[in-house]
Amino acid sequence: MSSCTRISAKLLERQLDGGRMSRRDFMKFCGIVAAAMGMEASFGATVAQALESKKRPSVIYMHGAECTGCTEALLRSVDPYIDVLIMEIISLDYSETIMAAAGHASHLALEKAMKNPEGYVCTIEGAIPMRQGGVYGQVGGETMLSLFARVAGGAKAVIAMGSCACYGGIQAAEPNPSGAVGVGEALAAMGIKPINIAGCPPNPINYIGTVVHLLTKGMPVLDTVGRPKMFFGNTVHDKCERRKHFDAGEFAPSFESQQARDGWCLHLLGCRGPYTYNNCPTAQFNQTNWPVRAGAPCIGCSEPGFWDLLAPFNRDVRMKGEKA
Amino acid sequence: MAEKAYTGPITVDPVTRIEGHLKIDVEVKDGVIVNAWSSTQLFRGLELIVQGRPPEDVHNYVQRACGVCTTTHALTSIRAVENAIGFKPPAAAELVRLLILSSLDVHDHLVHFYHLHALDFFDMASAIKADAVAAAKLAAQVSGREVQPGDYFIVQARLKKFVEGGQLGWLTNAYFLGGHPSYRLTPEENLILASNYLEGLRIQMKLARAMAIFSGKNPHAQTMRVGGVTCYESMRPERIAEFRALYEESREFINHNFVGDVTILGRRYPEACVYGRTSNFFDFSDFHDPETGKNPFFRGGVMWKRSLKNVEEFDPAQLKEHVTHGWYKPGEPKHPYEGVTDPDYTGYDQNGKYSWAKAPRYKGEPMETGPLARRAMAYARGEKDTVTRLDAWLSACGLKPENLFSTLGRTASRMVESVVLVNRMEGWLNDLEARIKAGPVEIYKPWKMPDKAKGVGYCAVTRGGLSHWIRIEGGKTANYQMVVPSTWNLGPRCAAGKLSPVEESLVGVPVADPDRPVEILRTVHSFDPCIACAVHVIHAGKEKTFKVL
Repeated sequence: MSSCTRISAKLLERQLDGGRMSRRDFMKFCGIVAAAMGMEASFGATVAQALESKKRPSVIYMHGAECTGCTEALLRSVDPYIDVLIMEIISLDYSETIMAAAGHASHLALEKAMKNPEGYVCTIEGAIPMRQGGVYGQVGGETMLSLFARVAGGAKAVIAMGSCACYGGIQAAEPNPSGAVGVGEALAAMGIKPINIAGCPPNPINYIGTVVHLLTKGMPVLDTVGRPKMFFGNTVHDKCERRKHFDAGEFAPSFESQQARDGWCLHLLGCRGPYTYNNCPTAQFNQTNWPVRAGAPCIGCSEPGFWDLLAPFNRDVRMKGEKA
Repeated sequence: MAEKAYTGPITVDPVTRIEGHLKIDVEVKDGVIVNAWSSTQLFRGLELIVQGRPPEDVHNYVQRACGVCTTTHALTSIRAVENAIGFKPPAAAELVRLLILSSLDVHDHLVHFYHLHALDFFDMASAIKADAVAAAKLAAQVSGREVQPGDYFIVQARLKKFVEGGQLGWLTNAYFLGGHPSYRLTPEENLILASNYLEGLRIQMKLARAMAIFSGKNPHAQTMRVGGVTCYESMRPERIAEFRALYEESREFINHNFVGDVTILGRRYPEACVYGRTSNFFDFSDFHDPETGKNPFFRGGVMWKRSLKNVEEFDPAQLKEHVTHGWYKPGEPKHPYEGVTDPDYTGYDQNGKYSWAKAPRYKGEPMETGPLARRAMAYARGEKDTVTRLDAWLSACGLKPENLFSTLGRTASRMVESVVLVNRMEGWLNDLEARIKAGPVEIYKPWKMPDKAKGVGYCAVTRGGLSHWIRIEGGKTANYQMVVPSTWNLGPRCAAGKLSPVEESLVGVPVADPDRPVEILRTVHSFDPCIACAVHVIHAGKEKTFKVL
């Protein structure tokens, strides 16, 4: 047996033990989620309790005007792995990206999930096109606007996954050809206030942590633009590993400079870190990196309207006066 | 098969397990498809959004065309701008880009096969009934990799608990549940596929992590820019070693598990190695030598009428886009340089307009692009690694080269391409490592934005030939256009009424159960549809006409 198969067998074995993962690993995962939520380690036990209820909580995951990058980000989840998430933690009852059923059968799956007596959490990835009554985006002959209103309207909670669902995102950038807006704006008249998991894409831990929070403690505390404060309470700049250079006034003057090689601050090269609330430096992407660590200035992707308000990205933010 | 073969229409809307929003309509006569319509259901308008912005910023925007083939649009955009300003990035930067692009292509092929496509062929629930010892023996035989029955016991126990729990989650209403005449794998074969479906989820996570070492994150790379790449932090031996370990583990899975699984399918579904044919093919060259910019590892070209005897060069001047059956005001077919886009949603009408996509044609003909096009051309040219791998698959399944032009042939081409590319990656990694060991490497060079220029970037991406076209005026983006693979493959009919490749491929496909038309999914999925990409060549503004380039 190759080392790869051996490792994966070990992993699967862990999950098998005691029904899911081994108790130890399961508690470890709960502890990681608790930590990401900014809770004491002891809160891990509450997380565990919530996740061990007999029925897995139902999640309906809708796709609007988007690029599916947020779903792809979720596929890269490690705490827990995506297969553990959908087999042992939640019941992913509708997701056009991975569900087995198609067409009418998928539609029936959605209707069934919406009638679940125990309710469901609605997640929406992508913006909602509003122009001409929403004909620019349709699913199964129904506009996204109408379909999402139905699904979100019946949900226990609504999570807007990614900056498109939160604030309209890329397709809402000027001149916004399809009239795209975020879920909160599109469905405001129905009194729906989504939890905004901003980012392009968001870190998957911020989504999973939010689901866990809903199951354990209910609605998380949100900031003024609807993001959970536990993940979006600090700027990227606050915890940046290049912060010491910023504080010392050490700025890389160009991408080819020795200072850029030496990891100096990227502020003068366009970094939007000081204006961007997110946990990228502490949570990391793919457990190994994040843009500023790698050497790329932050583009502010978890901020409302960043495609226009924080652009152009190619220069120091203080030189922004000029229209792109 | 039902008592009596079905005659009538079938609609699949939404087609799931794809990127984006797609509707497929077919007309069935005596159990066989006789006509088909492909309709893309979303429009976003990215090209208009980038107008007026700094050209070097555009890659950030257009990368959001797609989070599945994430990065390819960014790279293609950067290539277009570098082409416009006459800039050649440093060789080490090109190497990093090659590693990012190849990890993405291999990752994307893997996720497409296992997580978007394979459920069309294997029955996850049936795996519970399998004899794990027999499955391990078969897996070792088809994959050339030892498997422990214990691994399969674990998968089975986990699946059993999942299914018996009664909450089927993402498997709810799967066509295979309760048995389906077109699902023909044995329980043992289903177990092998199910196990690799789950393991594949872990492998794709690792391949994405490998890419993030250079790209800062995945999805959506952030370290590539006009001038090179800026990931200095990654240019260290420890980071190369980290990449190598993740890469080697993934390569094992591609070289063995992926190959074995597509072999199982080829043996069990010979009819899918006949239906699903298209006629003409094209793709672009890519993976050029980082020093010289020559000798592409993927060679582009054009192939007519499935002829393995002749491959022509692609001539971009022969490209025209048709709007007759797209939701636009009527107009003559035009080259992208003169194209006019004036959208006009008029409702769904199979005899008239029925899609948000335009219909690109080459010399007036619909062209398939993607892994099948590339591998068929490589096969025709006698490129050794492709010929060896394809012949091995064909002979293991008792098939002939003409079976390549089919639904499963398309999927097998994707597998062969993954194998060929994943094994090539090591050379690029070794080259980069040697440069790093030799001293500080140059990965970024300054450049100057001219007042006026135009350029094009080509890329052989997961789903086929992608091109971005930019015109720069006053140092700003005056016009931008993306011509994407899924528009070629999944667009509507053209002015002459010729079917698009996916429409053509569906004609002749048998449908055993019209309520669960899995054969339609097999064929549509074999193109790996990516609809978000296909639909932003459009501008929705009613108030003015948008001139393309």
